[in-house]
Amino acid sequence: MSLSVSTEEMSARVGAIVDACAELEGPLLPILHDVQKEFGFVPQPALQIIANRLNLSRAEVHGVASFYHDFREEHPGRHVLKICRAEACQSMGADRVADHAKRALKVDWHETTSDDAITLEPVYCLGLCACAPAALMDEKLVGRVDEKRLDTLIKEARS
Amino acid sequence: MTVKIYVPLDSGAIALGADDVASTVSGEIAKRGLDAKLVRNGSRGMYWLEPMIEVETANGRFAYGPVTPDDVASLFDAGFMTGASHDLALGATEEIPFLKKQTRLTFARCGIIDPLSVEDYRAYEGFAGLDKALKMKPAEIVKQVTDSGLRGRGGAGFPTGVKWNTVLGAKADQKYIVCNADEGDSGTFADRMIMEGEPFVLIEGMIIAGIATGATKGYLYTRSEYPDAIRIMEEAVKVARAAGILGKNILGSEYDFDMEVRTGAGAYVCGEETSLLNSLEGKRGIVRAKPPLPALEGFLGRPTVVNNVLSLASVPIIMDKGAEFYRDFGMGHSRGTIPIQLAGNIRHGGLFETAFGLTLGELVDDIGGGTATGRPVRAVQVGGPLGAYFPRDLFDTPFDYEEFAKRDGLIGHAGIVVFDDTVDLMKQARFAMEFCAIESCGKCTPCRIGAVRGVETVDKIAKGEEPEAQIELLHDLCDTMKFGSLCALGGFTPYPVLSALTHFPEDFKPRALDIAAE
Repeated sequence: MSLSVSTEEMSARVGAIVDACAELEGPLLPILHDVQKEFGFVPQPALQIIANRLNLSRAEVHGVASFYHDFREEHPGRHVLKICRAEACQSMGADRVADHAKRALKVDWHETTSDDAITLEPVYCLGLCACAPAALMDEKLVGRVDEKRLDTLIKEARS
Repeated sequence: MTVKIYVPLDSGAIALGADDVASTVSGEIAKRGLDAKLVRNGSRGMYWLEPMIEVETANGRFAYGPVTPDDVASLFDAGFMTGASHDLALGATEEIPFLKKQTRLTFARCGIIDPLSVEDYRAYEGFAGLDKALKMKPAEIVKQVTDSGLRGRGGAGFPTGVKWNTVLGAKADQKYIVCNADEGDSGTFADRMIMEGEPFVLIEGMIIAGIATGATKGYLYTRSEYPDAIRIMEEAVKVARAAGILGKNILGSEYDFDMEVRTGAGAYVCGEETSLLNSLEGKRGIVRAKPPLPALEGFLGRPTVVNNVLSLASVPIIMDKGAEFYRDFGMGHSRGTIPIQLAGNIRHGGLFETAFGLTLGELVDDIGGGTATGRPVRAVQVGGPLGAYFPRDLFDTPFDYEEFAKRDGLIGHAGIVVFDDTVDLMKQARFAMEFCAIESCGKCTPCRIGAVRGVETVDKIAKGEEPEAQIELLHDLCDTMKFGSLCALGGFTPYPVLSALTHFPEDFKPRALDIAAE
């Protein structure tokens, strides 16, 4: 996961992902997911490489990548904290927890802390509506999250 | 005899600490040198008791919960492997009132079996529906599903058999079954529970749909927010393929059917079937105008069945027990059972599968036990972010598609989100508009612009800028969105907004509204 990737290397790594998805019907979304997994985000130069391979225009690939909330144009922090903002979580104090997270991390939604440790993202429903409010730190699901548990999560992520 | 100890792998249970409990249980088994085996099952759907451990004894299964890693040693000490009493003992699992009151048809095996064990699934009558379907003609299968009265469990309530019949009648060299597992509504988690706890029932339903309509390829399109469900479904597909249940000549028959799991990318609108198809094709998840119907021109322009998880997961039991068996549950035109999800500020949150017809009040007060905070229930949103807010005055509404529609509400995916008396309905109305603005695919103007104007209008009401004129404008906007939008996102956003205005007018008085900084 290097930030500076040469054109040749980028071309080889993205090309390999496209090749692996070549047999799929409608391969673009799986390709974009894999590219994001590979680099942590979808680098702009990757769009042209994908477009060439799939016989699409760069604009078409850009249109798809920019449509979906999941795909990032920039590298996130070392950890990504998602807090559910949907109604079931709201009914159990998710707004309060979200405000606490913003204050504790000194960031707003979609921003990364100054030490590059945590990116804060909103999410609309993790399917944990019966144990709300819910949060997701990287792959770790947390139900009934409150300010105290959030502080612990943040501390663990920074350590 | 090896004792089986069950600790759920359901992500709701994991979010409450089930993984830590499972590893502690494994540790104790090893440390004590016991003849016991840890099984990761799905959830029984009683989230206030999760993580709930079960143990299989000579007298049936006994439950304990909610368990923390610190409780595990004392459970072993107390002799829970034989069902002994303990502070966390809940008695025989099947006798827990919340479970006992249910009619579980779709969720029959969820929480009981090891989700990835074909043997377990078969031991509980799994694949019995498929076995019968393999001996029937496609038209007979379609007729049985039609006669069962099954309607789309994704929200729109369209008769499943009618959809299948259209695809069956369509001529094409390739047809598809697409399972819409893009459950994005707040308050809903039934699809997630099925995918994590009983994936084979869904695979079985998709295969039957394929045989019935002549489709040989299936796609399950689910949400990136559900990493555990994705992992388990992908594994289940591999297991089924290895067992000859998916692929060429399934179970030695003349039929071929295979399927893939695809992951969405965080767009709510892709739960709409035509957006989903575009997304699956690798395009922007923009709504398609209908006609043509997906049943005639769906995925890659070919005839496609698009069904929700719960619809497809209900098919195996209909094939196994017959159309009449299923149709005899329910009321009016709402037949069979509906897996209701009790969520939000509720004491007994979880999954409650029952025949249609219980009233909203019974579900919230009796089954759900009122609020988790102990304060009075003030509003209940049914059917996700596009569903109406119901006040206590409407608690006598029976759970039935038509009865809810009569009261300007909808059942949707049957999620019930409870709010206590601290809820601010003007804020909730604003959120509904804001959500629509964020998630709009942008294709049609009423949804794209209307939602943004909606947020502005609520803000003006809050600030006291000509509130009466603004409320009139809000009604007008809702009218335009309802009748002018291409799909349910813009078309149904008026439900939460207008229901808030109608039933809770006292909340729409000028005052400082805590506006989210976005």
